[in-house]
Amino acid sequence: MVNEVLIPHIGVITDIRKDTPDVKTFRVVGLDGKKVFEHMPGQCAMLSIPGVGEAMFSITSSPTNTEFMEFSIKKCGCLTSWLHAMTVGQQVTIRGPYGNGFPVTTDFKGKNMLFIAGGIGLAPLRSVINYIRDNRQDYGTIDIVYGSRSMDDLVDFREIEEEWKNEKDFNVYLTIDREQEGWNGHVGFVPSYVKEVNIPTDRTAVLCGPPIMIKFTLQALLELGFNKTQVYTTLEFRMKCGVGKCGRCNVGNKYICKDGPVFRMDQLQELPSEY
Amino acid sequence: MKKIAYQNIDKLYGELASNLDLYMPIKKAGALNFEKYENGKEADIETLQTVKSVKDLFFPQVEHFVDFKTDGTKIDVIDTREIRSEFAIFGVRACDLKSLEVLDKVFLQEPVDSMYKNKRDNAVIFTLACQNPHASCFCKVFDIDASSPKGDVECHLTNGVLYLNPITEKGANLVNKLTCLEDATSESVDLNKQEIKAKIDALPFSNLDLSVFKGENLMELFDRKEWEELSKACLGCGTCTFICPTCQCFDVRDFKTNNGVKRFRCWDSCMYSEFTKMAAENPRKNQMQRFRQRFMHKLVYYPSNNGGLYSCVGCGRCVKKCPQSLNIVKVIKKLGDK
Ligand SMILES: Cc1cc2nc3c(=O)[nH]c(=O)nc-3n(C[C@H](O)[C@H](O)[C@H](O)COP(=O)(O)OP(=O)(O)OC[C@H]3O[C@@H](n4cnc5c(N)ncnc54)[C@H](O)[C@@H]3O)c2cc1C
Ligand code: SF4
Ligand code: SF4
Ligand code: FES
Repeated sequence: MVNEVLIPHIGVITDIRKDTPDVKTFRVVGLDGKKVFEHMPGQCAMLSIPGVGEAMFSITSSPTNTEFMEFSIKKCGCLTSWLHAMTVGQQVTIRGPYGNGFPVTTDFKGKNMLFIAGGIGLAPLRSVINYIRDNRQDYGTIDIVYGSRSMDDLVDFREIEEEWKNEKDFNVYLTIDREQEGWNGHVGFVPSYVKEVNIPTDRTAVLCGPPIMIKFTLQALLELGFNKTQVYTTLEFRMKCGVGKCGRCNVGNKYICKDGPVFRMDQLQELPSEY
Repeated sequence: MKKIAYQNIDKLYGELASNLDLYMPIKKAGALNFEKYENGKEADIETLQTVKSVKDLFFPQVEHFVDFKTDGTKIDVIDTREIRSEFAIFGVRACDLKSLEVLDKVFLQEPVDSMYKNKRDNAVIFTLACQNPHASCFCKVFDIDASSPKGDVECHLTNGVLYLNPITEKGANLVNKLTCLEDATSESVDLNKQEIKAKIDALPFSNLDLSVFKGENLMELFDRKEWEELSKACLGCGTCTFICPTCQCFDVRDFKTNNGVKRFRCWDSCMYSEFTKMAAENPRKNQMQRFRQRFMHKLVYYPSNNGGLYSCVGCGRCVKKCPQSLNIVKVIKKLGDK
């Protein structure tokens, strides 16, 4: 009998990092100590604790990382709370990779890129940003605008400060929603910050974050003169199978788990706005 | 072609069942459904339709496929998939047969669904032409020919005789083994096909117009204001999705036992409010949106992804069973005539 996609592999948690009060980043390898499978930036995997549940998460590590996969997970319900309670050495189940991922070897290649993230929306973008850092010659200038509720809610803050900011032709713009002691960076919402920074329109833009942020940031980009064909985003829907069969995650005739989660804004325009 | 007198039909069932597992319409507590045939069970191939469709035999309502045993930090994964050997299904109507083609495009597409494929590969399907199509049938609209359903063996029950015509090699191999059959010629069956065709042509829904339902009208159909009125009475009970031969949505759930965790999949329904619910929001907040999803999927989304094949086979089950008398025929009529 052929393999069943719904039957998962075992993953071992080898490291847990607390990023923010409600986000932890987990390192996962297979029983043999190696990566369980290869992926492309923007693809996802189903993680599960048997008896608790199974859910989809972006693989936040870059495929250029040959040792392990990482997942940044926000605590928001049953499974994610259990995951947050886990310790190094414990096992989970994992299956994937799922989804189309970002077009890093085609549409993005040779381009100046603009990455815009809100909150946990950085998770899929971190994968592509680190992929670009490891294939630097294939891409132009990289601008990153990242915002969160507060300074403590910025995911991967250390990596951003110590690595991304020192990368050649990388411009990193951080912002938080409200004034906070100890923060001397920008304060304000992502969409208005994007307009303030006035990024040149020769960039290919990628937007990830809560729907409301995506909506207003897209508007800001269009006002700056960006075209919808230059702007990519990822969609999020409840998922069960990850392979276009359980019927749960469609928008119009597209399944987000299979045809997405990455969509170009002009493609989304052709679909019902049911997301 | 082979035949057997209908009064001796139990011999055929008995002989088939002695060769392999036989599933067929069986009446239990007043409801007709596909079940395993055993001596003494009430088989019924005269009634036109089973309550649940044949999909239950390929994509069961509940299917347990993996166990997890946890020992300290360690998890063991135990494959519990059922592996079928050849089995026969008797009395499959043309609409249910066509529904398998619709399901194939979902489950056999890469990555292949191993559980569905295993059953599909091992089933020998005996169809049965519809002697008395019901007023709620509209298979003809989808170019389905209920007078000549091509399974592995095509059967006709006319004038007290059951005729069996093997279509595939698999069907012929099995039929040739059966000693209770006699050789037959095709005249009665040919005549019978004409009679059935005439009955179907005269059905009230046989001429529904599907011409607006195509991918290029996706946005326009989605935005039609008639959805409000069409869905107003919908209870979100999900009956229409469970009885539908082409509905394929499923959920994956875990069940804790004293001896580990069982993971199974089970039918789910896009008519339920929980179906798409997420932490922050629900993309389909009201019943109109969920109702629209079901019918847009059958008539527009699915065909646009599958070369124009509709994901409705006109079986009429939803027409008969919706407690609120809502159904796809009303949708086709309302949106189809603009
Ligand atoms: C393609 C994709 C990529 C994702 N990437 C990440 C990521 O990198 N990091 C991360 O933290 N989360 C990510 N998510 C969201 C993650 O899947 C949900 O947070 C998770 O399913 C919640 O599971 P739970 O058991 O903790 O919540 P539950 O206890 O199941 O539910 C809590 C609440 O969350 C809702 N919920 C269930 N499924 C989802 C879902 N898929 N999305 C949102 N809400 C849901 C429930 O309806 C309920 O209201 C992603 C989701 C998708 C579809
Ligand atoms: S259409 Fe009818 S059968 Fe289907 S969910 Fe609504 S009330 Fe139930
Ligand atoms: S939508 Fe209704 S008529 Fe069409 S296949 Fe499903 S149950 Fe039958
Ligand atoms: S998650 Fe099952 S169809 Fe997308």
